[in-house]
Amino acid sequence: MKSFIPREIETLWTLFTAPTVWALHFIACYATVAVFCAKRLPASFSFNSVRIALAIVTLAALAMIVLSTWLAWRQWGFGADDPPHDEPTRHSRTLFQGFATLLLSALSFVAVLFAAIPLMFIAECQP
Amino acid sequence: MTDDRLTGDHRPTRSTSPIRSVFTNTQRPALKAGLFILCLCPVITSCSGTHSPLDPAGREARDVATLFFTMLVGGALIWVGVVALLFYAARKKRVHSEEGAGRLILWGGAVFPCIVLAALLAYAVWLMPNVRPWVSGSGDGLRHIDVTGEQFWWRVRYLDEDGSIAFESANEIRMPVGERVVFSLTSPDVIHSFWIPVLGGKMDMIPGRRNQLTLEADKPGIYRGVCAEFCGTAHALMGFTVVVMEPAQYEEWLATRRISSGGQDKQGLALFLENGCSACHTIAGTDARGTIGPDLTAFGERGSVGAGTLGNSRDEIARFLRDPKSVKPGAQMPHFTMLPESETDRIADYLKGLR
Repeated sequence: MKSFIPREIETLWTLFTAPTVWALHFIACYATVAVFCAKRLPASFSFNSVRIALAIVTLAALAMIVLSTWLAWRQWGFGADDPPHDEPTRHSRTLFQGFATLLLSALSFVAVLFAAIPLMFIAECQP
Repeated sequence: MTDDRLTGDHRPTRSTSPIRSVFTNTQRPALKAGLFILCLCPVITSCSGTHSPLDPAGREARDVATLFFTMLVGGALIWVGVVALLFYAARKKRVHSEEGAGRLILWGGAVFPCIVLAALLAYAVWLMPNVRPWVSGSGDGLRHIDVTGEQFWWRVRYLDEDGSIAFESANEIRMPVGERVVFSLTSPDVIHSFWIPVLGGKMDMIPGRRNQLTLEADKPGIYRGVCAEFCGTAHALMGFTVVVMEPAQYEEWLATRRISSGGQDKQGLALFLENGCSACHTIAGTDARGTIGPDLTAFGERGSVGAGTLGNSRDEIARFLRDPKSVKPGAQMPHFTMLPESETDRIADYLKGLR
């Protein structure tokens, strides 16, 4: 179990994990559909398979964001303390970063969902 | 009676404007409400008419109107809720715990908007294929009409089944009810935009490109189309008439248009030709074969003069052809003020008589 869940480390990079996952998911969706529709690939590779592939990418992105959220929640001490964490101490700084990461993760989760909604409804390329 | 300046009760009056002095304090809210309703009138009148997307006559426009009203009602409900909350907070009769306030912000300020936006996005994306139906291929078997946006009028070409031009018209589009029509849109000069609000969304007309738009009318009537992209001085005066007809009537009209003659008025036609009108205008069945300006075949039947600028009466035609720029700034047609009025009236008579 220990190898599954990352150790708690103090770095600013964890803050950007969820928004980065959102950005990559966004690029993956838009670039794939745009290239597919512009190049008109052979019929053996239908638009539906593009949708399924992007649905899998979406699920993977959401899973990564959920993991990031859980880690942030842990860093925040599972909500034991209330914000604002504005004491000039190491503990307060850790909690502040954890809470900020938690909010950013929630925002990224919603953003990934919104970017994926058109996939459910748009069924073909239209020139 | 005591002078309140002496007793110290004097309050200087803030204003002596006539409205304030005429209306007492109790009347003022009523006045404000009246003014508010008065200001709404022009907004409400735009909910119907020959070119309101809220008074649809086609399937796509109906979907757009439904989307608009859904969002209007939803937006109004949320607005009322937020304003009610604002008033409640301003009165501040009860004290709420910080935890309760935090919950309200989380659910009302984050979770609720996310759900509403997701639902709206899903609804709008789901509606997209209906709002802009796509005809696969080149739309074989459907009626095709080529429309070209010119500065500042519309060239309309009706195509045969084989794609050749059956006849040309201008500033008026006729289409049968209950049948999907494919419009092929382009422009030789600048970007225009083709919009028949009662039938559906607009589509740009871009020089060097051919855009396709399909529309289906489900209610016969006479509507108005407009240019929806600023294209120059007379952009606002670049309209056209859309006549949606019963299919049988439409077929009949098509047949008469194919065999148009230049009318019986030989003298009027002679004046038209003598004065050089035929350099730019075509009238089928005559020697007038100019292609620079609008085709004038069956001009008397059209709904307007100067692409939706004036009504189509003999006097308005004469007024337009005497000095087009005075009624339509930026119009490319030269003026004919050098002709005696009797002659311009004569030509107007001739044009009005064209069927």
